[in-house]
Amino acid sequence: MKPTDISNPDYFHKVVDCQWACPAHTPVPEYIRLIAHGRYSDAYMINWKSNVFPGILGRTCDRPCEPACRRSRVEDETLVKGKKEPVAICRLKRVAADYKDDDIGTRMPKAPAKNGKRVACVGGGPSSLTVARDLAVLGYEIVIYDQDPKLGGFIRTQIPHFRLPESVIDQEVGFITGIGNIEFRHQRVDSLKKLTAEGYDAVFVGCGAPRGRELDVPGRKEAAANIHIGIDWLSSVSFGHTTKVGKRVIVLGGGNTAMDCCRTARRLGGEDVKVIVRSGFEEMKASPWEKEDAMGEDIPILNFLVPKEVKHDNGKIKGVLFEKVKAEYDAKGRRSLVPSGEPDEFHECDDVLVAIGQENAFPWIEKDAGIEFDRWGLPQLDEKTLQSTVKNVFFGGDAAFGPKNIIWAAAHGHEAATSIHKLLSGENVEERPAPGVNIVSQKMGIHEWSYDNAPTVDHRFKVPHRPKLDALKDIMAEVELGFDPELAFKEAQRCLNCDVQTVFTGKLCIECDACVDICPMDCITFTENGDEKDLRGRLNAPAPNPTQDLYVGDGLKTGRVMVKDEDVCLHCGLCAERCPTGAWDMRKYYMEMTHAEHACRKH
Amino acid sequence: MTFIAKPKLHHPSLVKNKAGFTRRDYEGAVSTLCAGCGHDSISAAIIQACFELDILPHQVAKLSGIGCSSKAPTYFIGASHGFNTVHGRMPSVMTGANLANRDLIYLGVSGDGDSASIGLGQFAHIMRRGVNMTYIVMNNGVYGLTKGQFSATADKGSISKKGVSNPDSSIDMVSMAILMGATFVGRSFSGDKHQLVPLIKAALSHKGAAFLDVISPCVAFNNHAGSTKSYEYVREHNEALNRLDFIEGRDEITTEYEPGTATTVEQHDGSILRLRKLGEDYDPSDKIAAMKRVQEGLAAGEVVTGLLYVDPSSRDLHANLNTVEAPLNSLQTADLCPGTAALERINASLR
Repeated sequence: MKPTDISNPDYFHKVVDCQWACPAHTPVPEYIRLIAHGRYSDAYMINWKSNVFPGILGRTCDRPCEPACRRSRVEDETLVKGKKEPVAICRLKRVAADYKDDDIGTRMPKAPAKNGKRVACVGGGPSSLTVARDLAVLGYEIVIYDQDPKLGGFIRTQIPHFRLPESVIDQEVGFITGIGNIEFRHQRVDSLKKLTAEGYDAVFVGCGAPRGRELDVPGRKEAAANIHIGIDWLSSVSFGHTTKVGKRVIVLGGGNTAMDCCRTARRLGGEDVKVIVRSGFEEMKASPWEKEDAMGEDIPILNFLVPKEVKHDNGKIKGVLFEKVKAEYDAKGRRSLVPSGEPDEFHECDDVLVAIGQENAFPWIEKDAGIEFDRWGLPQLDEKTLQSTVKNVFFGGDAAFGPKNIIWAAAHGHEAATSIHKLLSGENVEERPAPGVNIVSQKMGIHEWSYDNAPTVDHRFKVPHRPKLDALKDIMAEVELGFDPELAFKEAQRCLNCDVQTVFTGKLCIECDACVDICPMDCITFTENGDEKDLRGRLNAPAPNPTQDLYVGDGLKTGRVMVKDEDVCLHCGLCAERCPTGAWDMRKYYMEMTHAEHACRKH
Repeated sequence: MTFIAKPKLHHPSLVKNKAGFTRRDYEGAVSTLCAGCGHDSISAAIIQACFELDILPHQVAKLSGIGCSSKAPTYFIGASHGFNTVHGRMPSVMTGANLANRDLIYLGVSGDGDSASIGLGQFAHIMRRGVNMTYIVMNNGVYGLTKGQFSATADKGSISKKGVSNPDSSIDMVSMAILMGATFVGRSFSGDKHQLVPLIKAALSHKGAAFLDVISPCVAFNNHAGSTKSYEYVREHNEALNRLDFIEGRDEITTEYEPGTATTVEQHDGSILRLRKLGEDYDPSDKIAAMKRVQEGLAAGEVVTGLLYVDPSSRDLHANLNTVEAPLNSLQTADLCPGTAALERINASLR
């Protein structure tokens, strides 16, 4: 193998699994350390800069970082007394938001003098708000349009307040509008042409995927009074228009919206609430923790049942008839649901909530406006720049590539803002700014590092919940109470500090084997070079995970190479501590994405 | 040394041996030796060897004298018996322990100061008595604890860290051990575990006095140009005479060797030493030839390594003294005082 090029910012970025997996590439280990130090405001600002909504995401994020967490690969079940678990990254983020200083608003940027350029954002959700924030601080004048009376989009209308209190939304939306130069118009946009005619220099479309997928079975129309589209129903609950539901409720669908629907129904009078899904329980789209929370509120999840017919008595709903199915896989591993041959199942109910998916809809974009759509009705976009076929119209969030989640919306917002800034500064939109990287040794003394290098063997700590009976009584009462500072510290200490990188300098190495002997994970080997497949098989411990790189260092006197399997490294620094010559060093790698603010800076 | 203990977390593929232990279970306390010390690598090799031999930790007795090397037993097999003796007196304590309980596996760890200077007399006698043990000298050629004076094994003419040449003749521990009657003698290098681990395994399985001279560079005081015990010097001058494959009796022999490229030596316990030839013809069971080859190497400035001498028909101290099979410390009053009638019989036989 060729020696590893550690000057490529992606190499060490990839080692920080959580940051690499995060769409916004938030520097996770850095803010977790700050939380451990009690520097909540500093931790909050790192998040705020990167993902814009720390308090909101700390409660609702889809957390792609957590399945990626190295901790879940290196824990030993017998030591932690349970299964391997990642660090509770998402809930630690909430700690930063919960315990930040009251005057944190003073650290937020203010808009400078206007630069004379105007940008319209369609939709007031997370992607538009991110665009607004990134551009307002550069002097752009931003106008955000939304059909609802308050900013926030789906964050406000779709996520129940017992998961995300409205005060959190108000505060974080306020941090953005507080910058200045951002105008909110409570107005539904019904024509792109009319909008552009108002003389905007660029338009950002962040209107989400606002249409809930319809249930198409006999009886649907007749019993319409008691059949509701999930996202519309949640929105109606959020604004206080809907305040009760029948005692027996069936929720159709297996995604997070279904989980929100069933838990909301439990709080509005639903006593016998069940979720019924077509697929198997394991393949459901809902996050495992959301399923767990729903089942914890006495909501059973029934699987492999396909709705066949809504039974009613002259429009008065009786229940839903389901066909039983089973999963079959073809040679390519593709799944199809085929009738199992068992008798149909009938479930009685008073109300049905349909949460079987969302679709994009752009009825307000005229066919001749120049925006091309693909065959699924999604706009044709450049994946990196988010630019549409009209060069000053950009898309982001669910409106861009279909329903995703908040963290993707924030990431899109940053990219779109960068594109808009480049376009309006007369630069090439295709040229993306490189990330900002800083790599510094953490050595403080012979045996001292500037981070807690001893890995703990604590199992993942659980976030305390409000007692179930209290929680079900009040739809506004937040269920999760969040970590207190003491629990937060313990959970933060589970972080392995993967951003503190092991950096190897071959010409200093005397090949004494001290690092090999001390490494608790046996992940360092000195051996003859070979190709990657060959090397992976003959290291001191096998390196069977091809998604994780081998770090190859050369320059050794014997002509051998140092090979380190990044997969299982604990970043404990013992290799560097036992190294007599400083050939190993622990260096903190801080990588920040470049947003619009610095995107056009010429070096 | 290191401030934090080695984390308990380990590689997900870590396996258990037939005794039910992982390799990590054979570790000891975290080392307080200097970073990069060869002794730590030898400790790691001992850990690996004991793991591979499925040794029960509580059946090991590790004894040492005084010095950096003699601290090392703390850093391996934490669950075994340990004895840190007076300087240079480890051999006599080990002889006594071995006489009292022949059932334990005896591992003596010493250094060039402890064995070649203050303890040279004791070293000679434990070898000639054939105490059943493995004696490892972690040989770095300097007194590390007292800041790097030449030890008795430093080669004549080698240069100290301060730039002074050594005027004294060196003591070659391998030649000493063969001459004194050790029945298993090898030399290796802390930086070559592929060679060292099988040698330790074979030595631990050898019945009789087994001696290993392991060159172990002192990073703090003896790893500079002009030293003959530095990582670089040993790597450049290493003359490995053979590669040892240690095969336990119950293991199936699967590796095939070209005729004439390997010699096989069977030990008492049925274990097989398979020596792969590296270059020259070398017969490690020929004592006279072994001494000649070792001396030739010394004269040529080579570091001759490998299994240098083995006597497959070795006897140990207990065989020589014709002691009972049961460990002496397990004998009860009835065994030791068989009564007046028995005494009368013995006395009568002597009249």
